[in-house]
Amino acid sequence: MNMILNIAMKEIKSFFVTPMGWIIIALITAAFGWNYFIGVNNYFEVMSGAIRPAERVGVTIYVGQTVYGSASFLMLFAVPLLSMRLISEERRQQTLPFLFSAPISIIEIVLGKFFGLFAFLAIMVLYIFVMLSTLNIWADIDFGYLIANTFGLFLLVGSFAAIGIYFSSLTSQPIIAAILSFIFAVTLFILERYFASQPNHWFSYISLMKHFQTFSRGVISSKDIIYFILFISTFLVLTIRRLDADRLRG
Amino acid sequence: MTKTLKATQLTRRFGPNTAVNNVSFDLSKGEVLGFLGPNGAGKSTTMRMLTGNLAPTEGQVEICGINIIEDPKSAKAKIGYLPEMRPLYKEFKVNEFLKIAAKLHNVPNKKINESIDTAMEKCGLTHMRDRLIENLSNGYQQRVGIAQAIIHNPEIVILDEPTVGLDPIQIREIRKLIKDIGKEHSVILSTHILPEVEIVCDRVQIIDRGNLVFHGSIEDLKQQRRGNKLLVGMKKPPTLKKLQALFDVVKLEKQDDLLHIIQFKSMDIDVEAFIKASIKEKWGLFQISPHITSLEDTFVQLTNQ
Repeated sequence: MNMILNIAMKEIKSFFVTPMGWIIIALITAAFGWNYFIGVNNYFEVMSGAIRPAERVGVTIYVGQTVYGSASFLMLFAVPLLSMRLISEERRQQTLPFLFSAPISIIEIVLGKFFGLFAFLAIMVLYIFVMLSTLNIWADIDFGYLIANTFGLFLLVGSFAAIGIYFSSLTSQPIIAAILSFIFAVTLFILERYFASQPNHWFSYISLMKHFQTFSRGVISSKDIIYFILFISTFLVLTIRRLDADRLRG
Repeated sequence: MTKTLKATQLTRRFGPNTAVNNVSFDLSKGEVLGFLGPNGAGKSTTMRMLTGNLAPTEGQVEICGINIIEDPKSAKAKIGYLPEMRPLYKEFKVNEFLKIAAKLHNVPNKKINESIDTAMEKCGLTHMRDRLIENLSNGYQQRVGIAQAIIHNPEIVILDEPTVGLDPIQIREIRKLIKDIGKEHSVILSTHILPEVEIVCDRVQIIDRGNLVFHGSIEDLKQQRRGNKLLVGMKKPPTLKKLQALFDVVKLEKQDDLLHIIQFKSMDIDVEAFIKASIKEKWGLFQISPHITSLEDTFVQLTNQ
């Protein structure tokens, strides 16, 4: 447990000692801020145009949808860029023996790297939460909705991170890892749209989007939590197996 | 003497190729073991197996009595390893990197700063502590590599070609450092620089195409080198027949006009008798010394290349 923390700390540090971490945080938070601004700006305009009461929605949902909708999409780009170096860079610089010869198991290495990335992404997820909470200064907002969305976004970026770390373990070229994990994540993310006419097709069940939508409606459902947890564990196990194969096959 | 490392019948195959074949050896506390071999002989593969970076196809590795396959964590805690390609996170500063190394090697929090300072002092890195590893010269990076291998005060330090690419002064310093480490810890050192072994190591083993071809102390190696030859300078050298009449001489080899290499049958050469004979026969003797085959020659002989 201690070792997982040590590895996670190492990863977080290495995000912040290179410009990459700072640039991505800056770009992403700027984009979130812009969406928030647009959301708030448009709210009164749209609502004053909505004559029937059924068309009116609360400010939390209106602004939240704008921000969280874009957040899931932006993370799709950001996570592969952050995850690409996790293992492939170690392969390229031949630093893996440093970890393999330390008294740490491969499980700890992979979990440490995953939680390191996850903690870095959590900064952004929590940033959105804090940003939207500021609406509470002048409105009475629905915190339940925010918490459900935050929770969903955590699970979603966790899934992206797990995909990213797996593809990073396959290659020694970070950019290839980024491209592969991006393609894979996009495919899984939008799969549901192509099967919109058959909502019960198993393809749409494995789509990340379908399960994220529950959270974005403000519902925390155990079915979707289990899906995400299984999803993340699957890719972490695959990564562990891949690294273990290094030791066995050489 | 307590055994710190024991490798029994290590074998590693990569598909149809056998990289290391049935290699057994052990290491005692306070000993520096030199690991010699031509390129691709299996030195690095053996070291990777010793450090748990590669699973052996067959055989066992025991670190202070702990089997590295059954209990890798406790075994690895006792090893410090510097691979051939030094594993440095170049985006960090020297002290930041050593701190990570200390933490990952279970150095207790209270002792981390102390152990970083000791390691940096031993490796002559103290004045470089706040420099980015990326900006250090090759030699200093190598020192950081050694520092990370000794940071947790391991029982065994395994260094894969630690002096490659360094300038002569740095090589001297690193060798001295290795000798110092060897006093407290056991060291395994792989190299293909032959004189290095004689300077630094107590014991040598030579590996060739995966097989152990020589295993013994530096003295044994020197013995092997000294052999049964004399290097003699004579102005009027005798013929081989004349020599054979007097001594058990096998071969008379002309090195140049005056210098000759005389190969005797046995190892104990009666040099005094030879000198007496040379005076009596007026061969014009002006120089005599044992002919030492170079380490390279011994190496070539042992590895049959």
